[in-house]
Amino acid sequence: MPSLGADMVDGRLLGWHVRLGDVVKRGDIVATVDTEKAEIDIETFEPGVVAQLLVEPGTKVPVGAVLAILSADGAAADAPRQEVVEPEAEPLSKPELVTASQPEPVAAHPSKPVAAAEPRSPDGGPRVSPLARRVAADLGVDLTAVRGSGPRGAITRVDVERAAATSPGRVADAASHRSASDRSASLREAVGALMARSKREIPHYHLARDIDLTVALGWLEEHNRDRPPAQRVLAAALLLKAAALSAHDVPEVNGAFQDGTFRPAARVNLGVAVSLRTGGVIAPAILGADELTLAELMQALHEVTARARRGVLRGSDLAGATLTVTSLGEQGADLVHGVIFPPQVALVGFGRIVQRPWAVDGMVGARPAITATLAGDHRVSEGHRGSLYLASLDHHLQEPDQL
Amino acid sequence: MTTASARQLVRRCLAEIAPDADVSGLAPDTPLRQALDLDSMDVLNLVAAIADDAGIEIPDRDVGGLKTLDDVAEYIAHVEVTR
Repeated sequence: MPSLGADMVDGRLLGWHVRLGDVVKRGDIVATVDTEKAEIDIETFEPGVVAQLLVEPGTKVPVGAVLAILSADGAAADAPRQEVVEPEAEPLSKPELVTASQPEPVAAHPSKPVAAAEPRSPDGGPRVSPLARRVAADLGVDLTAVRGSGPRGAITRVDVERAAATSPGRVADAASHRSASDRSASLREAVGALMARSKREIPHYHLARDIDLTVALGWLEEHNRDRPPAQRVLAAALLLKAAALSAHDVPEVNGAFQDGTFRPAARVNLGVAVSLRTGGVIAPAILGADELTLAELMQALHEVTARARRGVLRGSDLAGATLTVTSLGEQGADLVHGVIFPPQVALVGFGRIVQRPWAVDGMVGARPAITATLAGDHRVSEGHRGSLYLASLDHHLQEPDQL
Repeated sequence: MTTASARQLVRRCLAEIAPDADVSGLAPDTPLRQALDLDSMDVLNLVAAIADDAGIEIPDRDVGGLKTLDDVAEYIAHVEVTR
C-alpha cells in the first residue's frame, strides 16, 4: 500500500485490475485503492508477472503493507503465452511460473512523469482529442494501443470506445465505492486535517507581486491561432511552467521539511490544486514539470485535472509533490494567500487575470495583469528569498517563448 | 443546423465535459462559466467536444466572446450556414 500523501495512514483496496499470471509493465495500473481524498489507481513501478494477490478487495490495510507479489524476470513473462498454446495447462498458480525468479513486492513508487509516459505530444505523432483522452481515462483504455481513424490519424472518441469494447477493460471492482456525499465529506475532512496541521506547524510568510501578462498572452494568442482545440495551450500552463522554472532560481521553495530539516528536491514535482465542483480541493502532482515542454505540461495538466474531477487519481499523482500552485482562474478572486501543503515548504498562488491600469514610461494604460503570491515557510526561507522567487516568476513570464 | 439543434448539441457536449454540473436546468441566456462553474480547461474541453461532435473548430480568439449557451449555439448554427 503506497503512501499517497503525507497524511495517509491506510487505504482500502477496491479492486484488482490484474489477474494471476498477467504480464505487467512499468506504469500499468494494477489496483484501485480508496483513500479519504479520492480513489487512486495504483501503478506498478516494476515489470513482471503477477504471482500473488495478497489482499482481498474491500480490505483496509496500512501504508507499507504488501499488496501483491510480482515475479520479475523475462522468462516468467513468457508464461501467459505458453498458457495460450497449451489450453489444458494448469492455471497460473503453477509453482514454476511464480518461482521462476526471485519474487519482488510491487513497488509502490511514483512512476515516471505523466507526459513522459505518453510518447505522443501534440506537436508530434498522432493527435488525440481532449474528449477522446477523457473517455480513454474513463474507460481505462491505453491510448498507445489505439489506432486513430480521424484526420491525419487522430484518435477520436469513437476509436477509444471501439478499443474499450474489444479489450478486456477494467476488472470489475469487487468492493463498493463511497457515495458522492461520503466522498465529499471525507475529502473535506482530510483537507481540513492537513491544512490544520499546516497552520499549526508551518510559520507562514506571505508575499505578492503584480505581473504584467501583455507579452505572455500575446504570445499565447499567436501560438493558439491556427491550432485545433486539442493542441491549444492555456494561460494556466504558462503560469505553471514559469512557477516550476523559477524554483531553479530559488531552490528553498522546492522540497520537503521533514524530521526537523529541509530536504531540497532535485526536480520540480508541481502540485496543481484542482477545486471540485462538488466541493473540496485536491492537488495532484505533475512530475518533473520543470523538464516538460509546454505542450507536454499542457497535456499533463489536462490529464491530472480530468482524473481529479473524476475522483479517481493515480498513485503517481499524489506521491511526491515538491511545490504546489493554486490558480483561481477566471471566476476567482484577485489574490490568494495560500496555505502550504505539508511537508512542502511553499505554495504559489495566482489570482484571476484582469485588465488593470499599468504605468509604463510615465504613461498609464490598461494591461492584462495577474497577482502572483507566495506562501513561504520561515523555517526554510524568508521574505527576501521569496521575493526573488516572485521576481524570477515575473521574468520568466516576460519571455514566454522560452517556457 | 438550426439554433435549436445547435443548442441540443452544446448541452450534450456540456454534459460530457462537466458530468458533475447541472446542465439540464441551464437557461439559454445565462453566463455558462458562472452557472456551471467552468474553468478555462472546461471551456477548452467544450470547444474540443464541439469540434469532435460537429466538426466545427471555434478559433481561440472567438472563444472568450461566447458567454451563454445561445452564444455558442448561434455561433455553431452560423458557421454551419456559411460553410
